[in-house]
Amino acid sequence: MTSTSAPVWHYRTPKQTLLRWLGWFSLVALTVFSWQLMNENTIWAFVSDAPEQAADIGDRMFPPAWGYTGQLWQPLWDTINIATLGTLLGVLFAVPVAFLAASNTTPSTRFVRPLALLVIVASRSINSLIWALLLVAIIGPGLLAGIIAIGLRSIGFVAKLLYEAIEEIDTSQVEAVRATGASGAQVIDYAIVPQILPAFWGISVFRWDINIRESTILGLVGAGGLGIQLNASLATLAWNQVAMIFVVILFTVVVSEWVSAKVRQAVI
Amino acid sequence: MAVQSYPGRWKRPPVLLTNPFWRRAIYTGALVYLVLALQSVEIDWQRVWLGLDRGWKFIEGFLVPDFTTRWRDIREGLVESLTMTLTSTVAGILVSVPIGIGAARNLAPAPIYLVCRSIITLSRSFQEVIIAILLVAMFGFGPFAGFLTLSFATIGFLSKLLAEDIEECDRSQIEAIRATGAGWWQVVNYAVQPQVMPRLVGLSLYRLDINFRESAVIGIVGAGGIGATLNTAIDRYEYDSAGAILIIIIAIVLVVEYSSSWIRRWVQ
Repeated sequence: MTSTSAPVWHYRTPKQTLLRWLGWFSLVALTVFSWQLMNENTIWAFVSDAPEQAADIGDRMFPPAWGYTGQLWQPLWDTINIATLGTLLGVLFAVPVAFLAASNTTPSTRFVRPLALLVIVASRSINSLIWALLLVAIIGPGLLAGIIAIGLRSIGFVAKLLYEAIEEIDTSQVEAVRATGASGAQVIDYAIVPQILPAFWGISVFRWDINIRESTILGLVGAGGLGIQLNASLATLAWNQVAMIFVVILFTVVVSEWVSAKVRQAVI
Repeated sequence: MAVQSYPGRWKRPPVLLTNPFWRRAIYTGALVYLVLALQSVEIDWQRVWLGLDRGWKFIEGFLVPDFTTRWRDIREGLVESLTMTLTSTVAGILVSVPIGIGAARNLAPAPIYLVCRSIITLSRSFQEVIIAILLVAMFGFGPFAGFLTLSFATIGFLSKLLAEDIEECDRSQIEAIRATGAGWWQVVNYAVQPQVMPRLVGLSLYRLDINFRESAVIGIVGAGGIGATLNTAIDRYEYDSAGAILIIIIAIVLVVEYSSSWIRRWVQ
């Protein structure tokens, strides 16, 4: 008996193996190509002295300017307001959009639903900082631009998650309420809303948490909050003030994450 | 026989916040906050009124975008953004796989677990834009700083989700492989990797999408990419070029989203 006669087991057919290797090879080739294209204009002298720069900046950052905290309360309050009012604004618009986008509640799958999905995609693909950049140019610097920017970005996020929740509801409850002779609005009020309410609060609080993070930097383009102080400190190279702002941001983010986790635990 | 009186009216009980005291307290608190927050927003109606004209111009620019005038700048920004996205996602995955394995409680010993978890927390607690500010200060302007920023942000995202996925692995398969006398590497390769691979592919593609969107933002603070082009266009009040850039961003996000869902179906 020779050992060659037994067929050797392979996980994949030769064609599959070849395809996989080709796939991996093209990914690597593309990455190397991108790397070279990206670094055409990179000045490697700046990159190689980065450790010294880092040490220098780190040196200037410590100790953080603790006395600077007094000037940060007002911007912090503004930041929280931008995030909260922006989330409210976003949710206000997101709810109708979600009902129009969900395939089981939309009035027309051919015309209204694609439009609602387009609104969601447009809002989702543009970061709130870019919205803020546009709005500051249009309505001037200040909190209002920040609130609207956060609101516009939140519409897509909240509406997308909410319409997915609406599509996953239990249809038997809808049928039961409809069987009592309820109108369309009553069906939504009594059969759909109670089912999606926990998801709704969970999504809103989750987005609020993200918005707190995002609103800390909106001031970089002039939309109010901590970012304005950050921009001013960066412009004057006051790295110890920058460090202090980072501490405040980190603290705010940790607290907001804790709050949102608690609320989501209570609701879901 | 006494006629039992039934209530003639039915009031729907609240779905959430069933305790009446807490319900009232939370509603009152929310109302007080809303009044205070709205008071802190100062709106310069005159400026808003003046800005409406500009807003209209922007909408016009969005409807009639100008791709040609600044095409060289747009192309340069796009190439930077796209190359940055791909290289940073690949680099981020390469680094986050070992960190993700190290942060999984069922595979890593306690000291390694703690180190990996703290790397993840560090990477997740700061906004991409803040990291970009620091890295631009260290590595100089340009896409290389952007590449590092996005890779760093990818680590926090991917390792965390990968670690959670590994922790949720089916224990019986790990036990079965271990019972054959396999070492640690073999357990990872034969028991864990096949279970988490589909999700890892999905998460990587999702991160590719996020990295592209973020690459459009970090350019505003000097880290290269289409964001820098967009910032310049808005600073020059060239709203038709800005509209063109936004349309390109939305289109690419759409293409990435659709192709990633297609690849995920093909891989799984």
